[in-house]
Amino acid sequence: MRLDADNIGLIVAAVGGLALLFGLPLVVELFTLLQFTVYIVMAILALSLALIWGFGGILCFGQAVFFGLGAYAYTIAVFNIGESTVPVLLSIVVPAAFAAALGYFMFYGRLSDVYMGVVTLVVTLIFFSFMNHTAGEEYRIGASRLGGFNGIPAIPPINMPGDPGRVLWPEEMYYVAMGSLTAIYIGLRLLLRSHFGRVIVAIRENETRAELLGYDVRLHKLLIFSIGGAIAGLAGCLFANWNAFVDPTVFGLGQTAQIIIWVIVGGLGTLIGPVIGAMLLQYITTWLGTVEVANSSLVMGAILVVFVLLVPRGLVPTLQLLWQKLRGGRSDPGIVATPREAVESGDD
Amino acid sequence: MDLVAVLALEVLFAIASLALISAGLAVIFGMMRVVNLAHGEFLMLGGYAAIIATNSGINIWISMLIVAPLVVAAIGVIVERLLIRFLYGRMVDTMLATWGLSLFFIGLVTTIFGNTTRGISSPLGGATVGDYKIGLYKLFIIGVTVVLLAAVYLVLRRTKLGLIARGTMQNANMASALGISPDKVYAITFAIGAGLSGLAGALLAPLTGIVPTIGIAYIAKSFITVIGGGAAILTGTISASTLFGTINQLVTFQSSPVFGEVALLVAAVILLRLLPQGITGRFFRRSM
Repeated sequence: MRLDADNIGLIVAAVGGLALLFGLPLVVELFTLLQFTVYIVMAILALSLALIWGFGGILCFGQAVFFGLGAYAYTIAVFNIGESTVPVLLSIVVPAAFAAALGYFMFYGRLSDVYMGVVTLVVTLIFFSFMNHTAGEEYRIGASRLGGFNGIPAIPPINMPGDPGRVLWPEEMYYVAMGSLTAIYIGLRLLLRSHFGRVIVAIRENETRAELLGYDVRLHKLLIFSIGGAIAGLAGCLFANWNAFVDPTVFGLGQTAQIIIWVIVGGLGTLIGPVIGAMLLQYITTWLGTVEVANSSLVMGAILVVFVLLVPRGLVPTLQLLWQKLRGGRSDPGIVATPREAVESGDD
Repeated sequence: MDLVAVLALEVLFAIASLALISAGLAVIFGMMRVVNLAHGEFLMLGGYAAIIATNSGINIWISMLIVAPLVVAAIGVIVERLLIRFLYGRMVDTMLATWGLSLFFIGLVTTIFGNTTRGISSPLGGATVGDYKIGLYKLFIIGVTVVLLAAVYLVLRRTKLGLIARGTMQNANMASALGISPDKVYAITFAIGAGLSGLAGALLAPLTGIVPTIGIAYIAKSFITVIGGGAAILTGTISASTLFGTINQLVTFQSSPVFGEVALLVAAVILLRLLPQGITGRFFRRSM
């Protein structure tokens, strides 16, 4: 393994992730650790959109659908099976399969960017309004009622594989979440370095060119979309565990909007940016909830507008550019490219 | 027989309300290509304007038909000048910025008026058809929608303003060279679109009641109507509303309103798979 910038980045990420994984429980109290766990879950969710939008160039307003499907798949399966290994797998497989089905409609129908945004938005709303109306006794899957707008309470937490009696403690949930985040982050970095990852970025940059070079654009987009769906589903599963409760708001527009705001604020086209964006904005949302000075959707909306107009690259790439200017070095073309512009020039 | 008449009325009403909530978007998105995800909030603001005006003593018809469109058109001008004009031609950024705007409006209205349902009782009362009772107000909405669509058609087709607007949307540089200020035309067109949305929101407010988040109920339906309609905004909106409205109402009649909505949205997704350019991308191509 050569020691180039990319590999150094990977090593830093691995060491940093492991340091947080084992270090944080030593220095903070359990309550803070629990708060941190949900930030980490949201960071995983942000990564899923960072992948398909920032690198795949697919603007998806339906990421909350995969998140919600993951949460509900885990919940329903764990009530039916009573042991959590299969439900965790289902919470990844079900959203991935749904993403593949939805992706088939969109990519094989060759919908343009804007239409894709609207279709994913519509799908989100279908799930939201459907799940809200399943409160009746007749809506049940096996032993689990769907609960409608009341949600499903008292979700059994993850247990050690094969041993339903030994459930994970909240502190152990932190290890699971942080471990997943680190693994997914490193996995995605490696994926993007692979041949497949490079083709994905090539498609983002210029779909026609990639197609003329002989790559099946539709299939590649379908695959990356499904991977994104799987990651979002895992985040949903972890969220259901952390919260011990799910209700249809996981499918809501607010949830979907949040994910997009994290990615925009953190920086589209990076992986670390959305992670930071998710944690930062979750912190702000929690804080706004405690001090009650302003409505959180008002603040989030304003943040989104300001970033689109004034900081379109997002925090991390902007800081990188500033840092390079300060050092006076040559700029690295890798971070100067803004995917959103590339996507649009290919669109119209 | 009475049942058929009532059902037909309900189907007509479903079609009309779809066309009504989509008319403003047809101008802003269909003509100007501005993906306005705050469209639902324009409807919501129209509803609030009408209800507050009525409750403060203004005649209900004046507040619905005049106050609400004017208020929302004014908001439209402000939004266009402060936000949208920086984003013409940047579709994805427009989507994101207007989504931010939508959240902002929801937050703002929640802060000011609180998160409770407000309403006014719908005027005109009811009439009986055989064994069934129908609301006359629904007939009124059907009538208004027809008049409104006719007016939009006439303005676009027969007036100088309509000609200038259509020309500017087609080629802003050419319009500018001919001595027309595209900035002004964009602002006016956006305001008209916003005003139409305000009117729609106000007209539907007595039937639905109004909460800060009501826009969410409208946004997807109006977008798929306009997109499903395709490039010819008027014919497209009318044909897509007819298709989706009929599906919605028939499924609602067979099962429940929720399944009606779901059927509508599913039908729209399938339609886009079959006709990515919308209905008027394949049929009625030369209409407007």
